Amino acid sequence: MSAPDFAAHPATSALVNRHRLRWWEPIPWILAIGFFYMFPRHLGFGNEMLVMVLFALSLDLVLGYAGIVTLGHAAFFGIGAYTVGLLARHGIWTEPLSGLLIAAAVAAIFGLLSGFVLLRTTGLTLLMLTLCMMLLLEEAANLGQEWTGGYDGLDNVPIDPVFGIFEFNPLYPTTQYIYILCVLFIGFLIVRTIVYSPFGESLTGIRENTLRMHAVGAPVRKRLVICYAISAAIAGVAGALWAQSNAYVNMSTLSLDRAATVLIILVLGGYGRLYGAFVGAVAYMVLSHYLAKLYPTAWQLGLGLMLMIIALFARNGIIGIFESLVARRRGKPAS
Amino acid sequence: MSETLLEARGVGKRFGALAAASDINFRLGVGARHALIGPNGAGKTTFINLLTGVLTPTQGQVFLNGDDVTNVAQAERVKRGLARTFQINRLFRGLSVLENVYIPVSEQLGAAPTMFRPAGRHKDVIEMSMNLLEMLRLQDVAAHKISELPYGRQRLVEIAIALGLAPKVLLLDEPAAGVPSAESHIILDAIARLPKDIAVLIIEHDMDLVFRFAEHITVLVGGKIFAEGTPKEIAANPDVRAVYLGQAAHG
Amino acid sequence: MIFGEDLAGIVLGGLAAGMVLFIVSVGLSVTMGLMGFVNLAHGGFAMIGGYIIVLSMNRLGVPFIPAVVLGFVLTATFSVVLERLFYSKLYRAAELDQVLFSIGLAFVMIASVIIIIGPETQPLILPSWLRGQTDLGFTTYRTYSIFLIVVGSLIALGLWLGFERTRMGAQIRAAVDNRKMAESLGINIDRLFTITFAFGSGMAAIGGGLGAEFLGLDPQYTLKYLVFFLIVVAVGGLGRITGVFYAAIFIGVMDFVLKKYMPQGGTVFIYAITILILLVRPQGLFGRKDA
Repeated sequence: MSAPDFAAHPATSALVNRHRLRWWEPIPWILAIGFFYMFPRHLGFGNEMLVMVLFALSLDLVLGYAGIVTLGHAAFFGIGAYTVGLLARHGIWTEPLSGLLIAAAVAAIFGLLSGFVLLRTTGLTLLMLTLCMMLLLEEAANLGQEWTGGYDGLDNVPIDPVFGIFEFNPLYPTTQYIYILCVLFIGFLIVRTIVYSPFGESLTGIRENTLRMHAVGAPVRKRLVICYAISAAIAGVAGALWAQSNAYVNMSTLSLDRAATVLIILVLGGYGRLYGAFVGAVAYMVLSHYLAKLYPTAWQLGLGLMLMIIALFARNGIIGIFESLVARRRGKPAS
Repeated sequence: MSETLLEARGVGKRFGALAAASDINFRLGVGARHALIGPNGAGKTTFINLLTGVLTPTQGQVFLNGDDVTNVAQAERVKRGLARTFQINRLFRGLSVLENVYIPVSEQLGAAPTMFRPAGRHKDVIEMSMNLLEMLRLQDVAAHKISELPYGRQRLVEIAIALGLAPKVLLLDEPAAGVPSAESHIILDAIARLPKDIAVLIIEHDMDLVFRFAEHITVLVGGKIFAEGTPKEIAANPDVRAVYLGQAAHG
Repeated sequence: MIFGEDLAGIVLGGLAAGMVLFIVSVGLSVTMGLMGFVNLAHGGFAMIGGYIIVLSMNRLGVPFIPAVVLGFVLTATFSVVLERLFYSKLYRAAELDQVLFSIGLAFVMIASVIIIIGPETQPLILPSWLRGQTDLGFTTYRTYSIFLIVVGSLIALGLWLGFERTRMGAQIRAAVDNRKMAESLGINIDRLFTITFAFGSGMAAIGGGLGAEFLGLDPQYTLKYLVFFLIVVAVGGLGRITGVFYAAIFIGVMDFVLKKYMPQGGTVFIYAITILILLVRPQGLFGRKDA
């Protein structure tokens, strides 16, 4: 009996074509390039947004796809930032691109070790462990003030020009913007590839039904630790980018505030949906940039209400709302 | 007698003072069609857990393909060809039927750890998954999410996941459990179509299914083997009937 | 410094701090153990309760003890409203949703208090009989701290007796250990949880009020000490009164000592010890290993 051709079947074509580029995928990048030309005086803000997108992408890998709930992901952001900052400030290493790689490696090692040890636990215990790890690092940065600069942080961090040509100018952060955008693009490609691979599929399996994954013979903990380490590396790169583009690093990179912000960003945009990081980062940062400074209390109230509404009614964030609208228009019940 | 694939020798499990299983001797050969029946609480699921490695026996040994696997982990036993289903579905609910089968197949074919080729490019995994779905008459709903399927067909996906592991031995824990009687025939049909060389053990309460499927029946009561034999022998056994009749009288 | 006298000061100060931690955290421990709900807004109930107590004393002239009772009752009632309206919808929800909801609620609580009352710290003005020092024989110490230690111990004892000796306590313990089993025994879990949640929030209110003296009471209280409450609960073991008690004392004394001798970054040790304990015993010191 010859094997029937499954390529035409809707299910297989859905799976086979899942990783193909869809028509709207270049849009965020076009918008990012457009931002560069349309808002040349807001590039500093643009840099912050791009960095947060990368950071949120790293969290999506761990939270949206593998289902690990962590309040301590800023630990890796901070590790990346401080690695670059300390190396540059103490005159050891100032080249930016290799600096990113070093930051990624340090963060990955830390992610590997802490993941190996922490991912034995679940639920509240895991939440507390990730949180305490991050807070421990923050306090350690405070204790090691002579090296880290404590609350004031390290400023005037020297960074060499990219490729020896393109200088980072803190007043006109044009180089930084393009630099970060390129790194973000590469980081995004990496995350996208992983998510659509069989490895990514198995992460989703672990998230959906961990017990079944064990029963299916999958090395669950090993997969989770690898995922955690990769995510840590990417978060570390995001932190390093932050330090390089600001020529500055302080304890805010390690703070609970930053960890909570990236979590809110990802949830707002929609986790487990790759582009949720983009949508969430832009939406949150634009809103907070204008509202948080002018009306901080109202901002906090609105943010709190929004979180409550999301948790109760719109757990898949903005993209989730968009998806259900599209599904309803097509006449299918929303998943 | 056919070659033995799975064997339990003197297996027992105590939880403190409670003996959930005692002195069970059991074997499954190639192509076996074996049913394990018994009243509620007889220890049937415990026995399956002991065979698969979810529980470690306090006495006795478990052999798979002739190797002693008593202390071998669940995942490793799966690799050696032992798969099971669960009494209550353990499916990947947010994923499509195809993806549910893709995951175990990719584990089995070794594609699962790969990160740099898209899942859709692994044609071998996709083809094997679709073949499985076809065997279970699920290919028409392959693109659907689990939540969109009636319960009976969800139970079939449960079996499909186990089959995705290309097992030599398949343990089905109450495959018809919870399935409305109007749909239960699809379970029976699916079991009847299982590859002949796989050894199959079913735990069931549905006697209709048991007697139509099994070539050999073991009756478990209170964690011990109560009776064994062909369906004819078991049906004629007055003690077995008393155990079940007794259940019916009090139950 | 005379070591003996200093030691007594440390022990008493740490115990007092621990007692406040215990009173606030015990509600969180039981609700988390009972319903598995990660409630990061628990500090908000402590804050709101503290405000009720302190403001009724400062602005309405209510005496100390009635103010505390008022704080308990109003906060408990308020928490019941929230529980019926919102929390109950999320019992079966994913952990992430519970975290998000409770963070959001905490933000709303903070912002509301700032808008209604203002961001300033509210001072707790102690009644005359709690001020000053008391001679204990081996040392003299602040009367209020001794009061806290006594009250905390009495509450701990009362709760422990309530858990061990009453029918409702037995029901709560059963449900914490195995909710499905408890349900099949006919225990009304929903009602049990509402009552427990109300009681826990009320206790948090008392803790917030009593602790206002040295923890400070301002809207940021909600999140500032949340990590400590969570640490006490996780280290003690969910749903275990004895666990929360010992963990709170331990953390309270540790924090007190660290603040005195290592004010910069002393909390490193608290985090480090928490991590170690949770790695060795993920269920907490007194927690039951997951059934």
